[in-house]
Order: sequence, then structure tokens, then C-alpha cells
Amino acid sequence: MIRFDSVSKTYPKQNRPALRDVSLEIEKGEFVFLVGSSGSGKSTFLRLLLREERASHGQVHVLGKDLGRLSNWKVPQMRRRLGTVFQDFRLLPNKTVAQNVAFALEVIGKPRTEIRKAVPQVLELVGLGGKEGRMPGELSGGEQQRVAIARAFVNRPMLLIADEPTGNLDPQTSVGIMKLLDRINRTGTTVIMATHDQQIVDQMRKRVIELDQGRLVRDQSRGVYGYQN
Amino acid sequence: MRAQFVLSEIGVGLRRNLTMTFAVIVSVALSLALFGGSLLMREQVSTMKGYWYDKVNVNIFLCSRSDAETDPACAKGAATTEQKKQIRADLEKMPVVQSVQFETAEEAYKHYKEQFGKSPIAGSVTPDQMQESFRVKLRDPTKYAVISSAFAERPGVQLVQDQKDLLEDLFNLLSGANYAALGVMALMLVVALALIVNTVRVSAFSRRRETGIMRLVGASSFYIQIPFIMEAAFAGLLGACFACLLLVGGQYFLVNNWLAQHIDVVQFIGWDAVLGKLPLVIAIGVLMPALAAFVALWKYLRV
Repeated sequence: MIRFDSVSKTYPKQNRPALRDVSLEIEKGEFVFLVGSSGSGKSTFLRLLLREERASHGQVHVLGKDLGRLSNWKVPQMRRRLGTVFQDFRLLPNKTVAQNVAFALEVIGKPRTEIRKAVPQVLELVGLGGKEGRMPGELSGGEQQRVAIARAFVNRPMLLIADEPTGNLDPQTSVGIMKLLDRINRTGTTVIMATHDQQIVDQMRKRVIELDQGRLVRDQSRGVYGYQN
Repeated sequence: MRAQFVLSEIGVGLRRNLTMTFAVIVSVALSLALFGGSLLMREQVSTMKGYWYDKVNVNIFLCSRSDAETDPACAKGAATTEQKKQIRADLEKMPVVQSVQFETAEEAYKHYKEQFGKSPIAGSVTPDQMQESFRVKLRDPTKYAVISSAFAERPGVQLVQDQKDLLEDLFNLLSGANYAALGVMALMLVVALALIVNTVRVSAFSRRRETGIMRLVGASSFYIQIPFIMEAAFAGLLGACFACLLLVGGQYFLVNNWLAQHIDVVQFIGWDAVLGKLPLVIAIGVLMPALAAFVALWKYLRV
């Protein structure tokens, strides 16, 4: 599903690489926590997966594609098979919940009948049944993140990438979001989640990958958060 | 492609940038109006050329008795009857010549009096000071050199003059003015393009949230760019329509209802010329902003 072969990334005009010689493999259906302090390379790791950046050295394989060799015009096709969730939700404030989710399908040219069917289904799945017509501003943070997850999952991606999805939420709401991600994972979707939330990592007991100053320092199945903030 | 989705995006974009859109429309309208005007001007000049060249002659001025003293070309004295006959016969044999007319000194004097009768020097001119001349009409007015080389050195010929030369000065002036208009147009065009590039960038910036999400969920760059490109093309279309209105208005008010009423020696271009330019103006008005938008987005909305 995902393979990093001695991947390094150095941004232009910077001496210190953001990632150094990282090699790892993630299988289909896994749930992986990506931990590490700020500046450890978590974001770069995720940006490489999304092909927002290209590796400086080494190869990044995602869903069977070598992203270094993937031409620009094929990138959108690749991204349709991924779902992405962020700390700041990234919803469109002037669209309703249903419209926000539908937007993701509209812009990849899905037929209207399919959109009408898929949107209520996925909103039901994330526990927002009945709130289709609400505006994002009327929802709580947890609910907004559920909309974002619905948008990421509506196209049934093989891989869900979550960049600190609980970063803006209180612990109790976070638990709800984690349960939702776990449920999505159980449908066979691989989930990669970058996080700073020690409690969540310790509770879930999933695979933990830790980065420190760009290096892979720990790769542990059924791991814990492992270091103090 | 969901047309309704794209159309609503365009509407939102244009309204969001109302002032910029307005500036784009005005500058596109002005530059295209100048462009069309300059094309029409060129056509007008060539119409005038055709019209005038039909009427102009090549004049072969013959030596008079008084020229014999002043002009070295006439050192051998006034043209003899023999020489005149020969010239006429030679002229009529030439295939480029359509017709030949002989103007006697008396006729020349009469024409001169008609034109300058009231000026003080007219009184001092006598018929024998006037020149006899052949008025030669050519089938092709540009073949003046043939006549000139054949007759300029003939005994009894003082000067071969192409009336076209006199007109050429006027036409040069007109085409100079035309180039000036083209220069202004080019400048306006640069302004219009810069405005479009800027407008599109502002538009893309104000919608970066949407475009960011579009990129994330895998919308193709074409799908992301098309609303911006259509937006620019639509503003360009409006500008081009205004330019067309200006051209049609110019033809109706300026040419048909004013110039044509006041100047009757010039034949003016007609509606066919004006209407023929409009599709070109509209095509450029749509394509140019679309291309500018595409270039503006090239770096901005890369995947």
C-alpha cells in the first residue's frame, strides 16, 4: 500500500533535511499513528504521500504508484483514491454540510444521481444524519470534523490520511472522532494519523511510527506514545 | 463536466471582483475598438487609393518656348509638332496605356485661371507661358516607371510627373496615423492583459480555500482552472461586445452621418467592411483574456 525506500527530503534553501533516509512499509488495512515533536518531519511525510512534494532521494510508493515518476497530470487521479482530514477541518463556510460533502464529488465530475445517493449515506455513517442542511458555523468542532471525515471518505478511498484530526478538539470529542476513524479502518481503509495526543495513542494500541529530526526512530506495532511532550 | 457547477462558480467570481471585472471590460473594449478602428482605417486608405488612383494621370509636360532658357532638359527649345506626334503615337502603342489626352497651352491656361483666377499672380501669367502636356491614363497606376523611363529623356519633354506621388504623401500621413493608433492599441492591450492577469490572481486567491479542497480531493487542474479561464473569457466577451458597439457607432455617426455628408471627394468604407471585422474582434476578445488567465494560473494553481 505504502512503501518508503530510503526517502530523504530537503526543502530548497535549507541545509537540514526534513526527512532523512526513511524506509518503511504500511500494509493495506493498517492503522498507523505518526508521532514526533513539531519539526520532526511528520508533515513532510504526509505531504510526500499526497504528492504535494517529491522526495529528494529515494522512492515513495503509494497505492502501487511510484510518486517520483508520476506525471503531474496523473496526480489528481491518484488523489481521488486518498482521503485527507486536517486539524482545521477546511470546510467551505458558505455551503451546507451536505453541499460540502457533495463538493468533493462534484469537482471530480461524478454524476448527480451518484452524489445524491452517496452523500446522505456517508453522513449517516459519520453520525450526522439529519444535519445535512446545517452550515458549518452552526456545528461544534467535533461535528465539523465529522463533516470533513465524511468528505474525505465519501469517495471510499483506499487510504485515509489524517493530520492531527483531534488537535482542535477536547478529549471527549476526540474519543468520538477516534471511534469513527477506527470504524472506517475496519471497513478495510488504511488510516495514517499524525498526532500529538498521547492519551489516544496509548488507548488505541495501534502501530506507532515515531520521527525525530527527520529520522525514523521507532516503528512499533501495538505501541504507545512513548515520550513526554 | 458539470456545466451548472462551472457556471455558478463563474458568476460568483465575477461578482466578487466587480471593480476589477469592470476595469478589464473597459480596457479590453478600448484596445479592441482601437484595433478594429485601425483595421478599418487601413481598409479606408486602400479604398481611397483605389478610388484616387483610378482618377490620377501621369502627366508628360512638354517644353515651351520660355522653358528653353531656364530648364536644361529643354535646352533644344520648345517641343516641335513632329516630336509631339511621335510621343502620342508611341504612347498609344504601349499596352499599359489606357488613354491619352493632349492639353494645349490655352486649355492649361483656362484650367489655371479656373483654379487660381482670383490670386494676384494669376494676372501676370500669359497663355504662352503655360505648358502643353499629355495626360496619360494607365491601366495599372503602379506602372508609372514604364512611362517615365520611356519619355523622361525624350527631346521636347520637360518632365514626367506621376500625380500618384502627390497622393502618396497623404496616404503616408494616413498610414502614419494608423501606426500611431496601433501603438496605442498595443499599449492598451498590455494594460488589459496585465489587468486580466491580476484579476485572475486575485480571484484565485479569494477562492484558495475552494481550490485547495479541489486539489486535495483530486479535481483535475483543468477542472480547477476552467472557472477562472471562463471568467476572463466572459469579461473579454463583454469588452469585445462594447468594442463592436463602438465600431458600429463610429461607422454610423462619424462616417455615414458626418464625414460622408461633408466630404464628397472621398469614398468611405461601407457596412460590409465594419461588420466583417466584428467576428475577429470578438474572437480576439474572448481568446486573448482566456489565454492570459491560463498563463496567470500556470504557476498559481499547480497540482
